[in-house]
Amino acid sequence: MSQIGITRVEQEVQVGVARLVDAVVNKYGRSRGKLIPMLQEIQSELKYLPRQALEYISRKLGVSLSEVISVASFYHQFRLEPVGDYVFQVCFGTACYLRGASEVYESLKSATRNTRIAVEMTVEKARCFGCCSLAPVVMVINTKTGDKSIYGRLTPSEARKIALKYSTLTHGK
Amino acid sequence: MYDIVYGRRDLRVHVPLSSCTLAAGSREVYKAVEDFINRKGINAEVHRVGCTGLCYLDPWIMVAGRGLPAAIYVNVRHVDVEKILARYLNRDFTGAYALRFKEGNVDYGVPLLDEKPEWRNQVRWVSRNCGLVDPESIDEYIMTGGYEGLRKALRMKREEVIETVKKSGLRGRGGAGFPTWLKWKITYEQRSDEKYVICNGDEGDPGAFMNRLLAESDPHRVIEGLIIAGYAVGATKGYVFVRAEKPLMADRLEKAVIEARERGFLGENILGSGFSFDIEVYRSAGAFVCGEETALIAAIEGRARPRQRPPYPATSGLWGKPTVVNNVETLAHVATIFQFGVDEFTKYGTEKSKGTKMFCVTGAVKRTGVYEVPIGTTIKKLVYELAGGPVEGKKIKAVQVGGPSGGCIPSNLFDLELDYETLQSYGAIMGSGGLVVIDDSGCMVNVAKYFTDFTLAESCGKCLPCRVGMKIMNETLERIVNGEGREEDLEILRDLGVTVIKTSLCGLGGSAPNPVLSTLRYFENEYREHVENKKCPAKVCPKLVTYVINEEKCRGCGVCAKYCPVNAITGVPGKPFTIDSSKCIKCGSCLVNCPFGAVEKA
Repeated sequence: MSQIGITRVEQEVQVGVARLVDAVVNKYGRSRGKLIPMLQEIQSELKYLPRQALEYISRKLGVSLSEVISVASFYHQFRLEPVGDYVFQVCFGTACYLRGASEVYESLKSATRNTRIAVEMTVEKARCFGCCSLAPVVMVINTKTGDKSIYGRLTPSEARKIALKYSTLTHGK
Repeated sequence: MYDIVYGRRDLRVHVPLSSCTLAAGSREVYKAVEDFINRKGINAEVHRVGCTGLCYLDPWIMVAGRGLPAAIYVNVRHVDVEKILARYLNRDFTGAYALRFKEGNVDYGVPLLDEKPEWRNQVRWVSRNCGLVDPESIDEYIMTGGYEGLRKALRMKREEVIETVKKSGLRGRGGAGFPTWLKWKITYEQRSDEKYVICNGDEGDPGAFMNRLLAESDPHRVIEGLIIAGYAVGATKGYVFVRAEKPLMADRLEKAVIEARERGFLGENILGSGFSFDIEVYRSAGAFVCGEETALIAAIEGRARPRQRPPYPATSGLWGKPTVVNNVETLAHVATIFQFGVDEFTKYGTEKSKGTKMFCVTGAVKRTGVYEVPIGTTIKKLVYELAGGPVEGKKIKAVQVGGPSGGCIPSNLFDLELDYETLQSYGAIMGSGGLVVIDDSGCMVNVAKYFTDFTLAESCGKCLPCRVGMKIMNETLERIVNGEGREEDLEILRDLGVTVIKTSLCGLGGSAPNPVLSTLRYFENEYREHVENKKCPAKVCPKLVTYVINEEKCRGCGVCAKYCPVNAITGVPGKPFTIDSSKCIKCGSCLVNCPFGAVEKA
């Protein structure tokens, strides 16, 4: 890939990502079978898997880029896009779905959209957490600290209040 | 008796710390109990335990004081802890949910837990320790008979171990019900320098969490079962496959492996038997298809696709070596069978399926939770006697059994027994044992569509019937729930469903149409209402309902009008607003955003 046209900042990022991938590959060895744990570790550092990291690890391991992307895009745990400071995961297990997860999801979506804080807050659908008796459930993850809070038995308007509470948290800083 | 059970302290408080109870606030409760004890200077201890499976009571605590009955308090908030404990120590047991045990024949005005239907009707065989012991203590597991089964197995020949499992009649608890001994025997008979045993803890079915509960509450039982399996087939290494999204489950299993290694239950020359074996906990990145054994093996190898069977993993599995894949609950059964004997196990169950099974009952019932009952228990007993039946004012119309691979059983068939063959012949499957109860506020067509959304997203895309077939079924259902269904759509669903089942490569596609086919079979009238009359009888499908504002609840704040994307809502602040149904696009924004719940569906 040509380096022409790349800004200094992008170059810095690229070097940083490469350094991280190097460290991870050194830790696990250049083994195809350790691809998933390696991607997990890169993601836990960067909160998502940037394209550069996938390209670089594919070269390091001698595995085709399409193969790496097929793994990264298939498993739920992996993100290919950056996330905000807070991630709202709305459980879409059967029990939650039946008890109104869609409405809770829509409510969070519109709450985060309308308060101009979509950058800091990511709302997504998630697989069953197994807290079915608390349905519908939302997990809020603080991506900086990794702290998780769970809110159960939610109504759309309660979900909205929670989103607004977090928005004042981020803006208060 | 108190000393034997609870040690030399004056007061002992059990607080469950597992994913579900933590979600309900048990960590805060734990801290509040600690604070209380420190402040009052009582000779007491707080004890971490796992979860009993009575989820609707979360978080609960059990309090046992010297000379007092052991009492269980439920739905405890951390702010209530001080009041509860102070009252208990004053011999006032009002507000207690049940007593765990009492000394003598005193009437405390509170029933024993053993007298409650949700407890009395269970056979706690494999879940016996759940909620009673500290899951992070190998000593407590050993005190309850743990690792005795392994000791016994290691004194037997490998053939005898397999023969014992055959005699027990144990079948896989992950869903398919394949005889466990047969998997073991085939693997045992392969000649190979390396063999593997894998514990399948993927548990991707929405609505099923018995494996998580079991592994978080009694992880050593699972590890002991895996070691016995490893010995039986002559494996060199075992894997525990668990989702990274279930971190506590993975952590507890990992801790159990380390402790077992320290005590010589793992590693070189286990208990002097000459058998060497070790276990690695593998944290997967989460995909439903990984419940399928060839996909699970592929994931450990770092790939993402199932493959054609045969060859079966028993002959060619992980890294091409003979491999046994057993479910978490199956392995816990193995350990328990070796601890307490085949005869105890075969007391329960049916002719073809012995023993007990853990079922997760969720959805529209009073007492959601995990219940362990003999295989062959009727749906009615499980849903009504154990789970307490419908919530006030509702009527149960079906249960969905077996998740996205299973099907719906209507309430007129609730006398059916829960066993592998019966459920299959009625279009559902036992699966991992998740039962989602649906009442008259649920739409069966919408539920069917929900499951196709799920399997469509989870299809790995390798084979055409599943990749394209499920897409077409999903689009057809989408049309129906949007009121654009056509007469021929029901036939398309039936035809295609059967084709996808017959021609898919792995179990995911081979069962994905079940939720659609079974709802079509028992609830065709609901489909017809959607297609012919463009009506959703349960008022669930957004496009088929009209939105109205309840004038009594509306306070005229105008929030709904602000959110309406087509300006269909008008009104004067302070007075009830109205929705113009000719303009309304039924997006539901008003209902979702109304702070007073004044927008209703009609």
